Amino acid sequence: MTAGPSTDPRAGAPGAATPTRRNTELALLGFAVLITLAAQCIVDLTVTGSLRAELATFGAWFAAIWAGLHLVVRKLAPYADPLLLPAVALLCGLGLTMIHRLDLADEQADAASGGDAPVQLLWATVGAGLFVAVLVVLRDHRLLARFAYTLALVGLVLLALPAVLPASVSEVYGAKIWIRVAGFSIQPGEFAKICLIVFFASYLVDKRDVLALASRRVMGLEIPRARDLGPVLVAWALSILVLVFERDLGSSLLLFGIFVVMLYIATERSSWLLIGLGLFAAGAFLAYQLFGHVRVRVDTWLDPFAYRDEGGYQLVQSLFGLGTGGLFGAGLGGGRPDQVPVAKSDFIAAALGEELGLFGLVALIVVYLILVERGLRTSLVVRDAFGKLLAGGLAFAVAWQLFVVLGGVTGLLPLTGLTTPFVAYGGSSLVANFGLVAILVRISDAARRPAAPPAPPKPAIGEAPTEVVTP
Amino acid sequence: MTAEIVLQVFRFGFLLLLWLFIFAAFRVVRADLFGGRAGRVASVPPRAAVPGRKRGRGPRTLVVTAGPLSGTKITLGEQPILIGRADDSTLVLTDDFASSRHARLTNRGGQWYVEDLGSTNGTYLDQQRVQGPLLVAPGQPIRIGQTALELR
Repeated sequence: MTAGPSTDPRAGAPGAATPTRRNTELALLGFAVLITLAAQCIVDLTVTGSLRAELATFGAWFAAIWAGLHLVVRKLAPYADPLLLPAVALLCGLGLTMIHRLDLADEQADAASGGDAPVQLLWATVGAGLFVAVLVVLRDHRLLARFAYTLALVGLVLLALPAVLPASVSEVYGAKIWIRVAGFSIQPGEFAKICLIVFFASYLVDKRDVLALASRRVMGLEIPRARDLGPVLVAWALSILVLVFERDLGSSLLLFGIFVVMLYIATERSSWLLIGLGLFAAGAFLAYQLFGHVRVRVDTWLDPFAYRDEGGYQLVQSLFGLGTGGLFGAGLGGGRPDQVPVAKSDFIAAALGEELGLFGLVALIVVYLILVERGLRTSLVVRDAFGKLLAGGLAFAVAWQLFVVLGGVTGLLPLTGLTTPFVAYGGSSLVANFGLVAILVRISDAARRPAAPPAPPKPAIGEAPTEVVTP
Repeated sequence: MTAEIVLQVFRFGFLLLLWLFIFAAFRVVRADLFGGRAGRVASVPPRAAVPGRKRGRGPRTLVVTAGPLSGTKITLGEQPILIGRADDSTLVLTDDFASSRHARLTNRGGQWYVEDLGSTNGTYLDQQRVQGPLLVAPGQPIRIGQTALELR
């Protein structure tokens, strides 16, 4: 099925050399659904002592989402990586369980509140719809490269929209990153992230030779020419603008990090990483000096306990939660994760850490690592440069976002307000990340698909039988 | 509320379940890296089991000197070594210029011969295209697509 004739008869069987591994995916998806249902049962039994009536509906719905996505992948991307979907399923399931658990805590405190888990399940269904749509519309990931500049424009508009809109529509907890219309709130930045990654990939594939080769060697380091610094300076300025006008540390850091790393992947020049770090340091210093909201974040990060009654309260509660969890956690439903403000979205990792402990939180990180590893592996295997850079960028985006979030929750980095992909409560983040994984699935299908069998070798012209050509 | 012992079973049982999932996923990663079933690479006998090694003559390892797999070493035993893109090859190449079953190295009386298995782009021993089985001397480069191999 690959190249050329072979003396081995086994090589003739289709699928023998390049297994699609769809059955592996199905088994692992089943496992992930099972773990989710087990978690839901444990939460219900621990908190209320009995299983809730809606559990059967939830289980059937949740399983149906993944069964449906599995069938779509089987049909539309048969060679796709078998681990991407199960990892997402498990993360999504753990997130839903923790949101449900916090719902229960809210209900105990105040009967009127709660009920976020069904909404999140609905968003997961919408996300699954986007996943299917991406696979149906995008039959070849290289198609994206043709719309790179359009997507860049869309991305920039999405990114800038909340900054332009009045604060009543766009501001929540001091960050102007929302669009709130008719009861729905959307964080357009999550979608802008994907659009911009596509654009970065396409742009850098075109320009990487210039960015990599035109450089001078100074002290063992390749220093690019001044005018080639343009793109990285533009990305830097953009990030600063996001920081100033939307007061969003997270998106700003996310965007700049993604651009610098994609530049590094494209050019293989470590000098870009150093330039990026330098620009970041300069930006961070300026931001600290100029903007109050950044200074508050940094101060509470350096000494959360000194500000425990004001800005540091969230972080202090999160650290207490993680400490209470210890190695093995309090058990699902056994802790008090509702003590942390906004535990469902920004601090869901702290909630999971409290109830599952270090072992559980590390397991969560490893599941993310599997997702990222499969993305990077796709990037290594896929044959075209655009696909390589796009897969690498998307995989890095997930890893980078997780690092920034977990760093914030554990006190390693200043708090940013990014979401934990797939786990945290929030429709935009969930739906956008489903789209991101759909693109990765599409690229991995292209990467693992065996090459089309070449035309049978033509006999040499001398050996070919004489042909009579009649007009 | 549920009994304390049941809660403890839930608490540790769930963590176990999580890590079992990761274990299962890692098995897939491993099968993907080494081709076919997990443990497939072990068909090359481990170093201690190689007979004739103590005699100190003849090549002991197959080293990839160029190409994407550069640096890979395979300990030589008695079994033939299959090279190609097929998952069950001893050395699985990911090279557009390699065929699924590209070439084979066989041991005959302590000496190694390279054979081309009807590949599309051919196997080269030192610039020479391999037609029939050819004796490979240690240090002689074998070229398959972008990959170069050497016996040591």
